[in-house]
This record gives sequence, C-alpha cells and structure tokens, in this order.
Amino acid sequence: MFLSHIWLIPLLPAFGAAIMFFFGRRLQKGTVSAVCVGAIVLAFIMACGAVSQYSDWSSAPENFHKPYQTILYTWLGTDTGHMTYATHDGTPTAFQADAGFLLDPLSSIWLLFVTGVGMLIHIYSIGYMAHEGGYFRFFGYLNLFMFSMLTLILANNYVLMFVGWEGVGLCSYLLIGFYFHRKSATDAGNKAFIVNRIGDAGFLLGMFFIAWYFGSLRFTEVTHIAHSGRFVIGDPIITAATLLLFVGACGKSAQLPLYVWLPDAMEGPTPVSALIHAATMVTAGVYMVARSNALFVLAPTSMKTVAIVGALTAIFAASIGLVQNDIKRVLAYSTVSQLGYMFLALGVGAFAAGVFHVFTHAFFKALLFLGAGSVIHAMSGEQDMRNMGDLGHRIPITHGTMFIATLAIAGIFPFAGFFSKDAILWETWSREAGAYRVLWYVGYATALMTAFYMSRLMYLTFHGHPRMRHDAEHHIHESPVSMTAPLVVLAICAVFAGWLGWPHSLGGSDRFTAFLEPVFAREANVLQEQGRAGQLAAGEEEEQHNTGTEWLLMGLSLAAAGVGWGMAWRSYRHADKGYAEPIAAVAPPVYNTLLNKYYVDEGYDYVFTGRRKLGDVRLGVLGLGEVSAWFDTNVVDGAVNAAGWITRLTATFSSWWDKWIIDGIGVNGPAILARMLSYPARLFEWGLVQWYALVMTAGLVGFVFYYVYH
Amino acid sequence: MGAMFHISTLHYLVLGAALFLLGVIGVLTRRNVVIVLMSIELILNAVNLNLVAFSHYWQGMPARLGGGAQALHGQVFSIFVITDAAAEAAVGLGILIAFFRNKETVNVDEVNLLKW
Repeated sequence: MFLSHIWLIPLLPAFGAAIMFFFGRRLQKGTVSAVCVGAIVLAFIMACGAVSQYSDWSSAPENFHKPYQTILYTWLGTDTGHMTYATHDGTPTAFQADAGFLLDPLSSIWLLFVTGVGMLIHIYSIGYMAHEGGYFRFFGYLNLFMFSMLTLILANNYVLMFVGWEGVGLCSYLLIGFYFHRKSATDAGNKAFIVNRIGDAGFLLGMFFIAWYFGSLRFTEVTHIAHSGRFVIGDPIITAATLLLFVGACGKSAQLPLYVWLPDAMEGPTPVSALIHAATMVTAGVYMVARSNALFVLAPTSMKTVAIVGALTAIFAASIGLVQNDIKRVLAYSTVSQLGYMFLALGVGAFAAGVFHVFTHAFFKALLFLGAGSVIHAMSGEQDMRNMGDLGHRIPITHGTMFIATLAIAGIFPFAGFFSKDAILWETWSREAGAYRVLWYVGYATALMTAFYMSRLMYLTFHGHPRMRHDAEHHIHESPVSMTAPLVVLAICAVFAGWLGWPHSLGGSDRFTAFLEPVFAREANVLQEQGRAGQLAAGEEEEQHNTGTEWLLMGLSLAAAGVGWGMAWRSYRHADKGYAEPIAAVAPPVYNTLLNKYYVDEGYDYVFTGRRKLGDVRLGVLGLGEVSAWFDTNVVDGAVNAAGWITRLTATFSSWWDKWIIDGIGVNGPAILARMLSYPARLFEWGLVQWYALVMTAGLVGFVFYYVYH
Repeated sequence: MGAMFHISTLHYLVLGAALFLLGVIGVLTRRNVVIVLMSIELILNAVNLNLVAFSHYWQGMPARLGGGAQALHGQVFSIFVITDAAAEAAVGLGILIAFFRNKETVNVDEVNLLKW
C-alpha cells in the first residue's frame, strides 16, 4: 500500500507548499506549522513504510534484488512518436520521460534520511523561526524544497530527476535570499543560482549524450544497456557524458571549481543551511553519480577525475576551514570538504562507501548546523566565534549534542563518521591495486585538518573565556524544546548511524554495503567481464588478506583525529579576548591566504565575472561584454558607418557629377552656347516692322543694282 | 494733240515706278497701320499698272512672237492681283482690329511683341 502509493511522498510537501502559497498569509503560525511539519511527518511515515515494504518485496524470489518502479504516465513525449530522434547508430527513437518513481536500495537510503532529517529540521524551525517574519513563506519554501528533493530522489529517469534538481536549486536560491532586505543575502542567492546554472548546463548536455547514445533516459534501461557489454571500457562518448554529468554534480555538490556558492549560502537561515546546504541537497550530486554508476565504471577517465576532484576539494576546503571565524562558514567549508570525501569514494569505485558517508554525514552535519543555529539563537544573532566562548555550561544540551557531532565528524570510534570515513580511506588505499594511494595521503591530511577545525570550533564556542558583549551575555539561554529535541535525536543518530556499516575487519557485517549490493554489485561484474579482473582481484585479495593493514589505517586515522584535537586543545583551550591563531603565529602569509579563501572569489572576479580589472584589462563575462561592446562599436558599427560614409561620398560625387558635368556641360552647356551665339543674331531683331521692310527694300534695291550693273 | 502727245509704254512704267516709290515710302515711313495698308495697295496697283502696260505692249507685237489681240495674260493677272489685294486688305484690317483690341493703338512701331 505504501509502495504502490509512493507518488504521494513527494506530493505531500507539494500540497503543503501549495497551501502556503495560496493561503499562507492568512494562516496562524500554529496552522502553518501543523500543515507543513505535518506534511513532512506523513511523508516520513510513508517513506518508512515504503522502504520496509520494498525490502519485503525485493526479498521475494521473483523480484529478487529488483528495483521497484511505478510509472504514472508519460510526462514528456508520447507513444505516437512525434518527438522522434535518431540515436548515434541511426535508430529512430521516441523521446520519452515518465512521471515515474523508482525505489531501490540507493533511493531508499536517500528517501529515509531526507524525510527523516527533513522532518527534524522542520520541527527545529518551529522554534528557530518563531520570532522571524515571513514564517509561512519560510515553511512554504521548505516544503517546496522537500517536494523537489523527493522528486529528484524518486525519479525513474534523468529528465524527472532534472526537474527535481532544478526545483531544489530554485528553493535553495529562495531560501538563501530569505532575508531579502539584506543585500549580501540576495547576492549569495544569485551566486548560488548562477554557479549552479553552470553545473546544470553540464547535466543537461550529459543527459542529451545519454539520450543520443543509449536511446533512453530511464535509469533501469540505461543501466541495463550499460551492463549489456556492448561498450568498451573508456568509450569516449560515455566518458564525455559522465564527465558532463560530473560537471552538474560539481555545481550541485559544491566541488572544485564550482564550490564557491556554498560558503556564501550561509546567508540563509540556519535550518536551511542544515537541511539544504549540508544534509540533503548538496548530496544530490553524489546521488546522481552513484545512480549513474553503471556508466561511470565504463569511463575510467571520468572515475579518475571524480576521485581527484573529490580529494582536492576535500583538502582545499578543509584548509580554508582551519582559520575561518564565522561559525557557519567553518561548517560550510567542512561540508564542502566532506562532500569531497564522498566524491573521492565514488571516484575510486567505492560507491557504497561514498553513499555511506552521505548517510552518516547527513546526521552529524545537520546536527552541527542545528547546534550552530542554537548557539546563534542563544547569542542573539552573533556568528563570529571570536565573540563567543564559555558557552558550554550555559547551553548544555547544545554543547553536548554538538560535542557528539564533532566526535563523529572527526572520526572518533565508534561514532558514525569513523566508519564511513575509514571505509572511504580504506577503499582509496586498496582499490585498483593501490593506484589511488596518493589520494589516500590527501584524505588522511584532510582527516587531521577536520579534527583540528572542528575542535577549534568547539573550544572557541563552548570553552575558554567569555568574549561576548555584556548585553549579549545576559541574554544567553538554552533553546526551546522544539529545537533541542531534534538535536538529541540527531545526536543519537550521529552515534549509531555508522554501526549499520560496521566493517568486517572489526567483526561486523557491513549491512549497509550489503543493502546497496543490488545497485552496485553488477558494476564489479562489468569490470570483470571487461578484462580488468586482474586489477580487481588484486584489490579484493588485498582487502581479504590485509585486515592488518586496515587496522593500521584505522589506527592512523584515530591518531590523526587525536593529533588534530590535541593541537586545537593546546591553542584554544584558554582562548581569551585577542587570542592568537597558531597558524598566524607560524606563517602569516599562509594564514592570510587561508583566511581569504585562497583568493578564489577575487580570482573569479578577475577571471570569470570581470568585476575587477587587471590593470586596464577586464576579463571574464564583463570583459567579454566589453570586448563585444568594443567590437560592436568599432568594428560592426564602424563597418556600417564606413558603408554609409562610402555611400555618402559616392552620392556626393555622383551629385556633383550630375550637377556640373551632366547638367552643366551636357544639358546647360549647349543651351548656354546657343544663348551666347544668339547675342549677335539678336542684334538684327530690334522689333520695328518698318525697319525690316526698309532693309528688305534696300536689299532688293541692292540686288537690282547688282544684277543691272554687273 | 493726241498724236502729238503719244502715251507710250514708258509713260506707264514711269507712272508705275512713281506709284511704287510712293507706296514704298508710305510703307516705310508711316506709323499708322491703315496708311501702311493703303501704301501697300499703292504698291500693288503700281504692279497692276505695269502688268496692264506690258500686256498692252504685247498686243502690239506680232503673233508669232506670242503677241496679238490674244495676249491678255498680264491683264488677267492684274485681275488676280486686285482680288489678292482685296483679300489682303481684309486680312490686314482683321489683324488691325485684333491688334487694336489688345493694344488700343494702330501704330506699327508698337507692334513688337515678338521682339526678343
């Protein structure tokens, strides 16, 4: 019953959003909360029911490990084939996209944590947004976001997925700019939207490549064709398609070089940061890549790209996070860094490990953001950690839960982050017979940085000496139950979520990976069929026979976490006003570079947007505009003007020629000549008839005399 | 007296010449169109006189030279000239009247509309 009505899950929040859109302004805050939060609670219950029914359904022998798919109707294109196009081999194919839903282990995981974390954050928002304006607007957007995100997750084809993809992008934009009276917020919203647009272009192009190459956009069919063995590994079209899809993922999941929007997205309300920019939406890129795993394994170049971009993003963002002072920005860079881990896992072929990290990260990062929101709430809106300190005993629940989340993200055993992060690091170490080991060092360094910046955040916020203003200090209070309850629930998840993937080497059964096996197992078979059995076997062999190495790596990770923690402890334990940053003390240029985020935004301003000038030269979009304007003014208009000028010159000459040569010499010339010649002739015509007669007579007489006397 | 004062052809010619000269002088010197027309009549009549005189002279010549009683060409021609003169007088007076209507004058020196 839940499974067959799975389409209701995204529709419930859409219903809530519609009510807010039409009637929200007139509703009481209580009603708004009831409708919107109720919709998500119902969606969560339905999601749990659907997943539980699915696991029963797919355990049955006739449906064994099959994805559950239900197609409501053909949404784009028709059966009559009027949107027919030719695929790469010339087969005419009807372009079709269903309004269809797909439930398999992969989407089950996303479905559960999106509705679950979403529900908690909705409840939290009741308290957090209680004193804010635009209450109904906020919840309307949140519900719209949930609708889009669930569409994205449950879609059974790329096109419908793209609809959700754009929907979450829109909601992200709306919610980042929620405080639209603040220019920085609207700017951040625009930035997020525009940067995501670049990624979306990649997604669209990748999608068209798939449609052209596979003749279908349905996940099940694309996967089936990709598994058919018709394609060689490294097929250039598949490589191009997957790279383009990855560009889309880079935009949505804030990877290098498109990560710049995520730190700025912290301008939105904190629950939004927790829900959209930490737990759910930014993992959409991971979901999309994992969903396309059958394609990615056919394109080793793309896999390498994903892994390298992921690892670089991880360490890059983590290093920036080391020195940021805004509590939410630290968490934002942490998110970017953790997303980098996820892509690293996907890139090395450890899809399950990547998804596992998405899952655990959703809990502890949402918890960290909500905790930060609680801190900001207590501090009357203050976000700068330099003005905090000694909050630990004043807001104990926030402190306790955030402490658990910090342990989780730092990778302390047995908290959630430990299992997922070590799964990623272990896979990076062992996959492809160790071809990715250099990335392991990157990931390892990132783990150390993660431990450092998270403990720095904890010490600066909750320990040391109070550094806030007195009026703010008097106002400090623990948040209401609606806010602390989600914190507690998330803290419990942050402890236990990782246990689902308790690795074999520690005597567990890694049920998480086993659960995902129907989605990712075939990929291993494909690799074997395509002749990479040797490498794969070597990897597996190592995995089986090197439990000792795995233990060693775990120990090293724990040591890194401990060292990072210890460094932060040493530097910030007694932080008082004007405390010293250790990095600034050791290497000021490094500190400044990190504090200014490697000047990436400035660089983009120079190179891409062109808002600033490099000397007299403007690059980027504005530079292109200037060049175009110059070209238009000088070359195009110049050509037009030159044509006009030449025409005018010709006309002037032509007119002169007509006036003086044709009219003058040709027409008036003979006339003037005739007139000139007429002057002597006219002398004979003086108008007296009788004179004429006299001349006539004289002439006559003359003739007579002439003839007579001749 | 008649025999003694024989009127020869020469006399006619002298009279014709005198009339012609009078006509010419009248045409050339008088401003009044009417008088100019009358002077033209004089010239024509001088011509008629010559025609008749020579015709008479030819009548006295032998027939083998084209003379004789039958040699009346000149006299007949003078009839034509008289007719022509009447017609000419009619046309001339017509022009005169048309001219007078426009210019309210009959002076020939004022007829200069076609002068350049």
